[in-house]
Amino acid sequence: MEEQQKNSGSRRDFVRKAGKLIVAAPILALPVILAKKTDAKGYVWQIDPYKCTSCEQCKTACVMTPSAVKCTNAYPMCGYCDFCPGFLRQGAKTYDTAAENQLCPVGAIKRTFVEEPYFEYTIDENLCDGCSKCVKACYNFGNGSLYLQIMHNLCVNCNQCRIARICPSDAVVRVPADEPYMRKELKKV
Amino acid sequence: MKKLKKFNKYIPYIVLGLLLIWHSVLYAQEQRFPRPEFEGDYTFPTHQFLNQRGPMWEYMDVAVLIGALTVASWLALKKRSRQGLIWVSLFSLAYFGFYRQGCICAVGSVQNMSLALFNESYAMPLPALLFFTIPLLFALLSGRVFCAGVCPLGAIQELTGFRKVRVPKNLERVLAMIPFVYLGLAVLFAATESQFLICRYDPFVGIFRIDAPYTMIIFGALLLLVGIFVNRPYCRYLCPYGVLQNIFSRFSVKHLTITPAECRNCRLCESGCPYDAILQSDPVKDREIAEKKWKGSLPYLLMIPVLAAAFAVLLYNLAPALSGVNDNVKLAREIRLEKEQGIKAVSKASVAYYESGRTESELFEQEQQIIGRFRKGAPWVGIFLGLSLGIGFFRLTVRDIRTDYEPDRGRCYSCGKCFKFCPVKINN
Repeated sequence: MEEQQKNSGSRRDFVRKAGKLIVAAPILALPVILAKKTDAKGYVWQIDPYKCTSCEQCKTACVMTPSAVKCTNAYPMCGYCDFCPGFLRQGAKTYDTAAENQLCPVGAIKRTFVEEPYFEYTIDENLCDGCSKCVKACYNFGNGSLYLQIMHNLCVNCNQCRIARICPSDAVVRVPADEPYMRKELKKV
Repeated sequence: MKKLKKFNKYIPYIVLGLLLIWHSVLYAQEQRFPRPEFEGDYTFPTHQFLNQRGPMWEYMDVAVLIGALTVASWLALKKRSRQGLIWVSLFSLAYFGFYRQGCICAVGSVQNMSLALFNESYAMPLPALLFFTIPLLFALLSGRVFCAGVCPLGAIQELTGFRKVRVPKNLERVLAMIPFVYLGLAVLFAATESQFLICRYDPFVGIFRIDAPYTMIIFGALLLLVGIFVNRPYCRYLCPYGVLQNIFSRFSVKHLTITPAECRNCRLCESGCPYDAILQSDPVKDREIAEKKWKGSLPYLLMIPVLAAAFAVLLYNLAPALSGVNDNVKLAREIRLEKEQGIKAVSKASVAYYESGRTESELFEQEQQIIGRFRKGAPWVGIFLGLSLGIGFFRLTVRDIRTDYEPDRGRCYSCGKCFKFCPVKINN
């Protein structure tokens, strides 16, 4: 009896030791396997401006409120139009800078005079909520210099970006963290 | 004939001319309004894009993780201090939970792992890899100390579990199978680039951020409410990383013990564990019976490969249905439905698809490709599930003979709640 128990004890010890080896092997091997597949820099999410269809979902899909997605202006692409379709609402009664004539629902687009007949349009990112109304208008009627970007001082870099999941045109992609923005003026289709 | 040959010479130039015209048309389309030529000294402002906090901080998280795990191991194994573990929980909840807002976490890193292993285009960030491996290494050394108080999801439940309602053993066994399925599916979905299931249904991240869709908040709040009575419901019945912790902890070098010295079989700790993770010691007369009976478990041993094969076949056949979680497959099905049955596709994805000008054959081919990947991966998930179930059954038939009360190394969270029930004290 005594011996039997001893035997079973050693058997259990053997199983336990073997199990330890079996379990420990992959966990030690994994870093080796993944060494090639590991990147110290990591990834962040960004919107590819040439894929974006300005569907307005970035505003609500982001886990942050207000959204980490903001509009920016690619100045070298901008026409500096007087009648900026991103700034002025379509069908406004008068073409002036009165609030009811502006397209931006939160008044985040600032218009400053440069010289006749050019105006510079700047986005106040503290106000912008990423609704992309101006982006759509600029794309449809203007040069398409207004575009959306995920601002990384606000983005919490979720493992699965909620906007990426919802985005109908798969425009939200992982980019290397050392180059976190996709500037529209630098990349051409 | 001769004339035509002469003409041949000019064809390249004509093509070039056409190309140039086409290019200018393209350019004009893109730039409706020419870039202004300013007379003054206006320069284009450069937009200052701000960066996220530096990568340095992510290694800081790793250092905090290692520190917290070391302290938790020491508290659980050496110091045997429940109070200390509560403090560690509180710290983890504050740091990994509310300060880091639940990201980066070991539970979710399982998916990064799977994505990196099976996809060429994604490389795993080093901190994520460390967050995946370090808690498992610690599980191998000293049991589930990560669950005890370092995981913010565990910590918030640990701190809110006030009452102790026992779940019937059979129900507990059935519910404890859910995490295996969850893990299998999460790995499969991540490997096929379809979903990050674990992150999407993370229960407490909404509470950590105090900002989330209301469904997430409700889910988290419900779990916390249930957790007041049935402690740690997420850890026990959902957590996919807990499955790995469970497996690794079974083979741990050292583990928390209920008693600091020798067990007196006083049975006082029997009701001490809210997770039913205390294995009772066997009465002397049972010990002999158990020794003789082991042959009865042979059929169960043979059943393991059968179950694995059966689940592999089952999952293989489920693969097309499972692939429905992939957005591209969903879109392809919607478009096909529109084509074949005339039901108009109205989702935003289909609108974007029509705008983008992708061809149908492209989309359907992609769908088949994704389903193929599911077919490749699903049987392995099936094998994993079958093996776990089979081994689980087999384990039920084998009686370990215990002379002491000891924690079930797989299920014990090393929370130290049982310490105070043990009357054996060591006098220093």
